[in-house]
Amino acid sequence: MERRYLLGNEAIAHGCLESPVSFVSGYPGTPSSEVIEVLSSLPDRSYYAEWSVNEKVALENALAAAWCGVRALCTMKHVGLNVAADPLMTSAYTGVTGGLVIMSADDPFAHSSQNEQDSRMYAKFARIPCLDPATIQEAHDMIRDAFALSEELGLPVLFRPTTRICHSKGDVELGPVLQNTRKGEFHRNPRQYVVIPAHTRILHKKLNEKQPEVRKRLGELGYNQAAVKGSRAIIASGIAASYVREVIPEDISFLKVGAFPVDEDWLADFVRMHDEVLVIEELAPVLEETVRGVAGCVTVYGKKDGHAPYEGELSPAAVAGIMSSCGFTPSRTFPQVSPVPDIPPRPPILCAGCMHRPVFYAIKKVFRDGIYPSDIGCYTLGLQLGAVDTTICMGASITVGSGMVHSGEEREIVATIGDSTFLHTGIQGLMNAVYNDARMTVVILDNRITAMTGHQPNPTTGLTACGTPAAPVSLEAVCRACGVGFVETVDPYDMASLTTALKDAKERPGVKVIIAKQHCVITARRAGIRRGRYQVDPETCTGCGICIAFGCPAIERHDEKASVNELCSGCAVCAQICPAGAIRKEGAR
Amino acid sequence: MTGGYDIMIVGIGGQGTILASNILGEACLIEKRTVRGAETHGMAQRGGSVESHVRVDGKYGPLIAPGTADLLIAFDMLEALRYSHYLKDGGMMVVNRRMVIPTSVFVQKLPLPSEEEIISQLAEKDLCLIDADTVAREAGSPLSANVVMLGAASHRMPLAADSLLTAIQRLVPPNTVVINTRAFELGRAAGQTC
Repeated sequence: MERRYLLGNEAIAHGCLESPVSFVSGYPGTPSSEVIEVLSSLPDRSYYAEWSVNEKVALENALAAAWCGVRALCTMKHVGLNVAADPLMTSAYTGVTGGLVIMSADDPFAHSSQNEQDSRMYAKFARIPCLDPATIQEAHDMIRDAFALSEELGLPVLFRPTTRICHSKGDVELGPVLQNTRKGEFHRNPRQYVVIPAHTRILHKKLNEKQPEVRKRLGELGYNQAAVKGSRAIIASGIAASYVREVIPEDISFLKVGAFPVDEDWLADFVRMHDEVLVIEELAPVLEETVRGVAGCVTVYGKKDGHAPYEGELSPAAVAGIMSSCGFTPSRTFPQVSPVPDIPPRPPILCAGCMHRPVFYAIKKVFRDGIYPSDIGCYTLGLQLGAVDTTICMGASITVGSGMVHSGEEREIVATIGDSTFLHTGIQGLMNAVYNDARMTVVILDNRITAMTGHQPNPTTGLTACGTPAAPVSLEAVCRACGVGFVETVDPYDMASLTTALKDAKERPGVKVIIAKQHCVITARRAGIRRGRYQVDPETCTGCGICIAFGCPAIERHDEKASVNELCSGCAVCAQICPAGAIRKEGAR
Repeated sequence: MTGGYDIMIVGIGGQGTILASNILGEACLIEKRTVRGAETHGMAQRGGSVESHVRVDGKYGPLIAPGTADLLIAFDMLEALRYSHYLKDGGMMVVNRRMVIPTSVFVQKLPLPSEEEIISQLAEKDLCLIDADTVAREAGSPLSANVVMLGAASHRMPLAADSLLTAIQRLVPPNTVVINTRAFELGRAAGQTC
């Protein structure tokens, strides 16, 4: 046994090695990404690991591996599970032979997400077990148990950590790493693997018949625990259970749920020993609804009567507040303090030298009255530059654009989408836009990497997750194959070419694609690419503010003159947009 | 009360707050103590304001509540001010005497408090100002400013300096061990006077 201080996702990855896992797939998404990053970067791997192009692809790959009898892990963020929902729902019918664990990392408070959905609802929907860890140690232990549980029940298991598990740290007790010795072998069984109506009706019935066994086995795992102390009780799940432990007094009973669905008889026995129970969980009232279903005349407090919030994340202080509002006295009080007002905000920002910034700048110049549907990636920060009008989900820039065109909206539409997002779910939208003759311009922001989530490789990168060379996909060829006639590739650091390409696109009918291709400035720096820095000649600078409005963190304004700070990466775009010619390479005259 | 010692480390994405929190966590392991932490990952790191929570002897969740931190280590003065309400009454703040002006100030023409104004606001609490960038250069690399700050703050931590130093030597890149050892020691000396 070894004790280490680990990030939640590192502990989860280690749990997979202890299982051991045979097959790993997933699509990057905060807060889930580090699990595959760890597993794909270890030397001497006894298992297969890949970054897939999207979550549906990842899950279907993992499902097939599990059908072949090996232990498969599939990771994604909560919204990725929407993309993978199609195979998820029916995988519960077919079941698995090897263990299949689907890790869907939820993000209460939407720290880096477009919504706050609760993955536990998907497990309930699909009728599969869901494990919801309260601590990093539990996350580590659960993932290990999840593979065995999945095999025993013949069902996929949903593992649902949240941001405060994935991106928290703690001292974790680790077990020994085992070598994977399994090799997949498919045993033909059409009644299980071909879900035609005649088969699927039977499979559905079998899934429903399994449910009592599922509840019983989950109860035996030990992740659901109860301690009776008095006439009042708190019932909690996930990380919220850890917050409750921090503030619960000695005389209040506590029931903690880590495995869903809960054995309702066991839950009912506990609830009915009390006069009042308070349910504490983040996001949806999944546990609360079960508690209310068995409570009889016991008073239940929670979200449904307004004591606890449906949205956001909890904390010990928030839990103490909810307890007080129900007449439960927390063991600890928290001071009422507020932040110092009027501090200028420091939100995340596109890096100095980021290739996205000149693209947004040029789009706004050329398509002055345009509408700018965009997508999910670092470039969503183009919002700060007024160049992002819509973002809904992965791949929805092109589709939202074509929908606007056919709604009768007459302004020019310019959609922006990153390379990884285009490959994830953008291609179908492009094909559809061409097929249905939408007049619009699509700009693919191609920085050859999935940057936002931590620079994972994708099919444009030329490397697999494990670093093996792979022939990079040609975005030009993909676009042409979708039927796009106008496909231009430009260097976004070259403002003249970029502007010309956009103007050309503006004049043409149909769907036009411009591929703005340049390395992510962070990966370029890591690869040792150094461009000379730029500086402002204060004599020539007129203080017009054009470079300031460009929004680069390397450009500052002091005493009505611009200046360039040490963040400059030498992209030279500011020098090209300065009307006075006041920005030059360091050392140049 | 939790009985633990809660440390907030705040700064700007890329300044090394995560390495600093790893060092504290490793030092806890060396002393066979429990520890919990939480930090900012993902896009928020792109030049944004970041925070790491480290709970020495922590047993429950990773989050430190506002108004309860024992120690605040800030790599930037403006970030020190932004998170100053996390400090408990009687808590201490160790702050790097530098300020990166947020781009929002230039682009949106937002008012920015002067350095003197910020220092006078920070000084309402128990404040230790350290010129960590200068000390780091003296140690051999400006990149060691985060370790300088840990050295300066080490006097207030319930962790032995030896444990911290061992943790640093385990976690920094091998070719920077000498520089970071010096950074810790110089930082510790600089923090002595607070």
